Amino acid sequence: MNAPKPAQKSTARAEGKAATLELRNVTKRYPGQDRAAIENLSLTVPAGEICVLVGPSGCGKTTAMRMVNRMIDLTEGDILLDGKSVTDRTPFELRREIGYAIQQIGLFPHQTIGGNIATVPKLLGWDRARIRARIDELLELVQLDPDEMRDRYPAQLSGGQRQRIGVARALAADPPLMLMDEPFGAIDPINRDRLQNEFLRLQRDIRKTVVFVTHDIDEAIKMGDRIAVLKVGGKLAQYATPAELLMSPADDFVKDFVGADRALKRLALQRVEDISLWSVAALEEGDSIEEARRKMAAADVGVPPLLVDGDGRPLGWLDARRVTEGRVGGQPRTKVEPIVDIQDVLRDALAELLEAETQYAPVVDPGGRVVGVLSIEIIAETLQQDPEGVATGADSALAQT
Amino acid sequence: MIDLLAQVQTRQRTGESCVAEDGFCPDYIVANFSDRYLGPFLEHIVLTLVPVAIGFAVAFGLALLAHRRGWLVGPFDGMTGFFYTIPSIALFILLLPFTGRGLVTGIFALVLYTLYIFFRNFLTGLQNVPPETKDAARGVGLTERQLLWRVELPLAVPEILAGLRIATTTTVGLAALAVFAGAGGLGTVILRDTSFKSDVVTASALCIGLAVVLDLLILALQRAITPWRRAAHGR
Repeated sequence: MNAPKPAQKSTARAEGKAATLELRNVTKRYPGQDRAAIENLSLTVPAGEICVLVGPSGCGKTTAMRMVNRMIDLTEGDILLDGKSVTDRTPFELRREIGYAIQQIGLFPHQTIGGNIATVPKLLGWDRARIRARIDELLELVQLDPDEMRDRYPAQLSGGQRQRIGVARALAADPPLMLMDEPFGAIDPINRDRLQNEFLRLQRDIRKTVVFVTHDIDEAIKMGDRIAVLKVGGKLAQYATPAELLMSPADDFVKDFVGADRALKRLALQRVEDISLWSVAALEEGDSIEEARRKMAAADVGVPPLLVDGDGRPLGWLDARRVTEGRVGGQPRTKVEPIVDIQDVLRDALAELLEAETQYAPVVDPGGRVVGVLSIEIIAETLQQDPEGVATGADSALAQT
Repeated sequence: MIDLLAQVQTRQRTGESCVAEDGFCPDYIVANFSDRYLGPFLEHIVLTLVPVAIGFAVAFGLALLAHRRGWLVGPFDGMTGFFYTIPSIALFILLLPFTGRGLVTGIFALVLYTLYIFFRNFLTGLQNVPPETKDAARGVGLTERQLLWRVELPLAVPEILAGLRIATTTTVGLAALAVFAGAGGLGTVILRDTSFKSDVVTASALCIGLAVVLDLLILALQRAITPWRRAAHGR
């Protein structure tokens, strides 16, 4: 897959209308059923945030999502997009303003990839040149090569590529709201992880309001700015940020649903850059012994000095006892493994440490420069305290029942 | 076949007497083609194309109705199936008191036979459209009409054209019986002297040739308008 050209990617940043979505006392009853599918559901999704609807099967999460674009009509209550009721327009007009991506993707097999992406722009009557430019822009946005993909048919693509096209089609008319129903549910775990990360990266650029349905609490925690946990019967059990959900589940149902390993799950919420690392003596080749000693004295205890190159990239661990004379450089070194990316979530960093059977590893910034050392001990301490730098409290005021 | 070859042998030996002996006489066929065979052949083409076109249109309407209102599937299926099972010679004759002898009766009967084939294939094609494709189409804001014309019907094209092939081939064959309704066609050539092998063989060959040519044309059409299917198979 070819990386998009940076110049063109920036045009995508220029977009980014996002709407505030408000569900007000929404109830859905099907005729002949005693129990409501959704009962008195109220929640607000601030513009530009991802709200994940999560819950066991039968909790009505998909129903709730489908009422937003009127694929299912609500029985009572109202749904407002930027303060305007969704019942103000015809369902067709409404849906053209809302991106729609589903697990089965539902690409049109008889249309090319370009044709699929152009679906809504065509319905909206865009001119040819604008549609063509938009197709290429979107293909680049989802990291596919326009020249290679534009004229192919869905059957010629892999599952992951098709899912990207599904997202591109949903984004085609730059909708202020996106509905995504288990969009990555049918993808194998490795590609799912990649697609999730890609979407989060994309979302950082486009800042859409997103309603994301999943049954997978880990996906909810990873993707959501806010998570609405629904119980069977469409009752809202808790609406909170991922951190708050993990720190203080509202009731036993939520506690069970989140799982006994919620402390571990918190590790998926924090990135290495969010916590304080140990300092390390980064010795460059050619440093004098005095310089090396000064650096080692300033470093945290228990971490050996690290040999780095001129750009601060790690070369190897040194043995402090051997840095005694001459200049730094000739001493025996041991291989540095793993090297942790400062943007990794703690869970992945911990996994890397355990995998390499080591207690600590250097952390590098996006340029590859060593900025400190992460150890299992630091992670253990983090687990014992409240996560810092992760939004909690206050936000829950938005959930009204 | 052996009999046929024997006739060919006979013609070569006896020459002029071939026709007198009711043989298969290529020279005679070529010489008399425009007088004896061209007219009925052109009638046969009309007797094929017109019923197929009318049947296509009528069944299309029935299938769209049934697709929209599911309860109509059963009645339409039963009705067209009933027509399909009436013995064809009987139908041509049974219609005579109502529509009289002639082209109209022939075409009318032949239309009835195509309905079942078309209806079943239209419906199968529309029903085979994946539900997620329809859901996605509605979800991005296609109206029901746009869904039908832009998604459902294009995706039903392979089944529709499969039905067209069967209906066309069947009609070419059945049209040879339209002679019983006085509708002309190659059936007249066969029936005017069933013992004259030149007539019987020529009429049969023209029938088969017509069926093959039309079938190939439809196949070519299918390839031209469903490039996405080849893409799927040629992965």
